Amino acid sequence: MTTLAPPQPDALEPAPEPHGLRDGGRRRGVAGDHLFRWLALLGGLMVLVVLGLIAYSTTTKALPWFRKEGLGAVFSDNWDPAHHHFGALALVYGTFLVGALALLLAVPVSIGIALFVTEVAPRRLARPVIYIVDLLAAIPSVVYGLWAIFVLLDPLANLFSVVSSATADIPILKTLFANPSATGRSYMTAGIIVAIMITPIITSITREVFATTPASLKEAAYGLGSTKWEMIRGAVFPHSRGGVVSAVMIGLGRAIGETIAVALVIGASQNISLHLLGPGDTMASAIVLQFGEASGTYRSALIGLGVVLFALTILVGMAARGLVARVDRKTGAVA
Amino acid sequence: MRRSFVRGCGLFLAALALPVFAVGTATAAKSSTNKLAPVTINGSGSTLQLAYDQQVILVDFHKTQPTVTVNYSGVGSGAGRQAFIDQTVDFAGSDAPFPAADAAKPKGGAYLYFPTVADPITVSYKLSGVKSLQLSAETIAGIFQRQITKWNDAKIAADNPGVKLPSTAITVARRADSSGTTQNFTTFLNKAAPSAWTLGAGSTVNWPTDTQGASGNAGVAQIITKTNGAIGYVDFSDAQAIGMTYAKVKNADGKFIAPSTPAASLAVAGAAVNADLTYDPINVAGAKVYPITSPTYLIVYQNQTDASKGNAIVAMLNYVYGAGQKTAPTIYYAPLSKDLLARAKSQVAKIVVPAG
Repeated sequence: MTTLAPPQPDALEPAPEPHGLRDGGRRRGVAGDHLFRWLALLGGLMVLVVLGLIAYSTTTKALPWFRKEGLGAVFSDNWDPAHHHFGALALVYGTFLVGALALLLAVPVSIGIALFVTEVAPRRLARPVIYIVDLLAAIPSVVYGLWAIFVLLDPLANLFSVVSSATADIPILKTLFANPSATGRSYMTAGIIVAIMITPIITSITREVFATTPASLKEAAYGLGSTKWEMIRGAVFPHSRGGVVSAVMIGLGRAIGETIAVALVIGASQNISLHLLGPGDTMASAIVLQFGEASGTYRSALIGLGVVLFALTILVGMAARGLVARVDRKTGAVA
Repeated sequence: MRRSFVRGCGLFLAALALPVFAVGTATAAKSSTNKLAPVTINGSGSTLQLAYDQQVILVDFHKTQPTVTVNYSGVGSGAGRQAFIDQTVDFAGSDAPFPAADAAKPKGGAYLYFPTVADPITVSYKLSGVKSLQLSAETIAGIFQRQITKWNDAKIAADNPGVKLPSTAITVARRADSSGTTQNFTTFLNKAAPSAWTLGAGSTVNWPTDTQGASGNAGVAQIITKTNGAIGYVDFSDAQAIGMTYAKVKNADGKFIAPSTPAASLAVAGAAVNADLTYDPINVAGAKVYPITSPTYLIVYQNQTDASKGNAIVAMLNYVYGAGQKTAPTIYYAPLSKDLLARAKSQVAKIVVPAG
């Protein structure tokens, strides 16, 4: 009985190069591995380095604003550049309001499309629908903005004034729909446009999560006699809850960063109000519209808005990634 | 007899040819000394002077000096000044001088302001049945601060005796983006109606919520042309290009004057000019002056480091102060007054270009 000796390294190496240098060949193979590892590490670190540099350079340029108004500048509601006040609360509020409106409009539509594509539609129909929805993501932001200006603003302005006068006596709606914008430029219009822009990404993630529902779960539901909708409600939704939430948060991350389309249709009025049909402003829109003429503390304040936006987007993205990872571990899918 | 006749004809013809020959060589001499080395110079900044620069510098000046390419991008006065500080451009276009905090920042050392043209800012409106309107600064302040909300308000009627004003609601159009036009318009209201105007002066102000914001002069003009009862501020060259109706504005002397290039040039002439050639033509005294006139400057480093760029910049400025002043009214910009033009021309000589 012979125990197998551990295999000699030579036996496992690939055949040496015909032109000799057997030792050189072995060293070259291992060196290649090291080189590859270093390059991959460098590539990965590069992303972190760039992110870090962006954070560092924007924060240093924004310091004059933080120094002048303190960190509370983010929580003060007085954006008045003419009098050198740069309180950003109205802009943070506007960013989240537009994000919330966009999610409110986009999430039901996206879940509906995802359900249609995974559960209801025959495969022949599902593929073109997926393709078209993904195409929406390829349209540039500025094109959405221009389309909104030329096609959407006028009908929306009429709609807003009709809705506003119709709800003038209903208690809560009266506040939500008061003071409609005469040109249609409002939080609501921005919300509609951003909803269209984030639908593709939410649909795509949700569709993949729905598709990972185990067939056994669905068959069990059918076996118990449920209809299609009961199966969806009983098997698909509970299984996909985490994934849908993460898709929504990824959509939110995109929504708060939308710049040009929002800038063109939001009306640039910094205020904290519940008048959804009235004009407003977001951080990204304020930066792009006001940067050209800004200098001194004003410029630092706008760069500071960028820092706040950057931090918020990273937080939302990290939360989304965390949830997605958790869901993937549960379902066994690859991230 | 015949020989002297022939000689006489020959002398006569030679005499005729001489001037042609002389002019020929003279022209050849002029063009050979004036042709500059091939070079590209870059500028950026104010959008108010963008249309002027595109026509006079990028097209007309380029025709006289085909080897010189000038690029100008209208990114805004603030961004242009910052680029000038960082020396990423060779010259900046700006509607206002450097604010005090930034005055010492430009990395290339001493710099000079060269006023080029002036642009009146109109108060444009659309109101069916009202073909001519005149407004005082207090009334304008009240309208844009939403204290006056209907066209038949007493204050507007007081400025327009005998005009039948409808009871249409006023829609106020203003800029969503920051701009030199807003800066000059609000500076006028600050100076001419200091007790009535509370929003201050700046490239962006805290407009009331029920005003309509749009991007660019064209955006504001679009809102005005689409809405009956709308009023807004649009710079003169855009207002003329789109064909808008604008109001006469009361100047410091109490006269209602319509915006025009001669009236703006009178504002330039009436302004006090500082030693560095910056001046403030807003609300100056003068019976025929249009009070809402904005200046605009080209900012250039005094000590040029590159000979070909320096010569190109000097040639560009000389063109602006020569043929460029004549072209200005045709594209709805006001040329400089004689006095300011003379001072500006002599300031060009202060630019130091290295030999070569």
